[in-house]
Amino acid sequence: MAEEITIPGWKKWLEDIGEQVSFFIRFIKNIFVGGFEWSEFIRQCYEIGYRSMMLVGITSFIMGVVLILQLRPTLVDFGAASMLPKTLSVSFVREIGPVIIAIICAGKIASSIGAELGSMKVTEQLDAMDVSGANPLQYLVVTRILATTIMVPILSVIGDAIGLFGGFLALNLRDHISLSLYATKVIASLDYTDFLPAFIKTIFFGLAIGFVGCYKGFHSSKGTESVGLAANSAVVTASLWIFVIDAIAVQITSLLFYK
Amino acid sequence: MEEKEITAEPKEKKTHDKHEVVIEIKHLKKSFGSKDVLTDINLVVHRGENVVVLGRSGQGKSVTIQCIVGMLTPDEGSLKVFGEEVAELNEKELKELRMKIGFLFQSGALYDSMTVRENLEFPLTRVLKLKEQAEIDQRVEEVLNAVGLSEAVDKVPSDLSGGMRKRAGLARTLIIKPEIMLYDEPTTGLDPITSREISELILDMQKKYKTTSIIITHDMECARITADRVVIMDEGEYIEEGTFESLQKSKNKIVQSFFKDIS
Repeated sequence: MAEEITIPGWKKWLEDIGEQVSFFIRFIKNIFVGGFEWSEFIRQCYEIGYRSMMLVGITSFIMGVVLILQLRPTLVDFGAASMLPKTLSVSFVREIGPVIIAIICAGKIASSIGAELGSMKVTEQLDAMDVSGANPLQYLVVTRILATTIMVPILSVIGDAIGLFGGFLALNLRDHISLSLYATKVIASLDYTDFLPAFIKTIFFGLAIGFVGCYKGFHSSKGTESVGLAANSAVVTASLWIFVIDAIAVQITSLLFYK
Repeated sequence: MEEKEITAEPKEKKTHDKHEVVIEIKHLKKSFGSKDVLTDINLVVHRGENVVVLGRSGQGKSVTIQCIVGMLTPDEGSLKVFGEEVAELNEKELKELRMKIGFLFQSGALYDSMTVRENLEFPLTRVLKLKEQAEIDQRVEEVLNAVGLSEAVDKVPSDLSGGMRKRAGLARTLIIKPEIMLYDEPTTGLDPITSREISELILDMQKKYKTTSIIITHDMECARITADRVVIMDEGEYIEEGTFESLQKSKNKIVQSFFKDIS
């Protein structure tokens, strides 16, 4: 009988990176193989987008309120209370909104995809699809990753709007500002260099959330415990990827737009 | 090691060509880490045969059929299906081969987010690429009638009993009219009456659809009902083969241990 071979941790890590690259290439190839699963894609957009709307909305609203309540005392001390709409809108649209919403989506969507596909793996549904000659990557992976890539930016835009509205309500707890004046100040303080880079990075956030969820689900082991591990690992890894992508995006944006 | 080439010995009741070799396995080996699961598997299966592989749990019975369908790649040896070496097939060729093979999983492996109808339509629209709804409906109805599950067409898997799931899984496998059927523990987890029904259903389906079958089981009643030939597996090898009746008279102690409770 052969001796037990112990694979060093770094080698396993490199193998995992290699597997992820290979999985991503297979995902890209399967987008273009034909026979796109439109009905499953639309179902996933509904599941991922519409069903996350309430959570994203509530979180964004609270974030808008909390930010105004936190910012106000400092800005009032500097006699810059009139800067509150601008400070909130720039910070929320550029950074806080996209990142917080992406983290919320990682928690809800990546875990859900990881658990669903992990459960299909445990119950041999992925194997059944594969050995029947059907293409599980095309049906399950392409649809889910593309749905998150499209829906996370949309959720982010909606979340931004709700967060800024929350800021308006919070501002009116102490001060009095009309909605039209608040909206004018917000719009005046934002230009495409605030909105566009933030929107583009949410596309990559969505891609990372869908990809990590699918990868972890597809590569879970076959025990029941692995379903929970796949969901947990999907959330942790997707969250980490969001911060890495954000750091890279901010650096690129700074070089391109800010001096 | 002495070669154990196991040859066909089908019962006389078969009417189709018994001589065409459908599956040919020679000196197949497969290990997982340090565990040698298959050490020297040799088997020839002819068209129309029902071969039952009997063995204790954890002996690697399922690994052989997973190699046949290309889910696992053997470490050594030759495994030919319809004369083609499975390990050498490219992705497209493997997909074409899989369209000729039906694999019934132990759990049934029904897609639990779909109804029974959607489960059955899935291989028709994705594998056979059928477009005509009338043809799809006709095939679904035919196969559900064959397995006696017409009333459950709009149910989801969670609403089905264990036996119904096996029937639905069998229907989904048969709907693409495979030439080979691989059954992985088809009666595990079922009560004796339902097990017998499923075993008889396997035999009926083999006659109706003229399939060649390998049935992995440790259920002696299932083996007795379905087998043209029984192969006994132990320690990663096929140690003895023959008809169910001939193996009952075997002098081999391992074989005897399988048959000791059979009257």
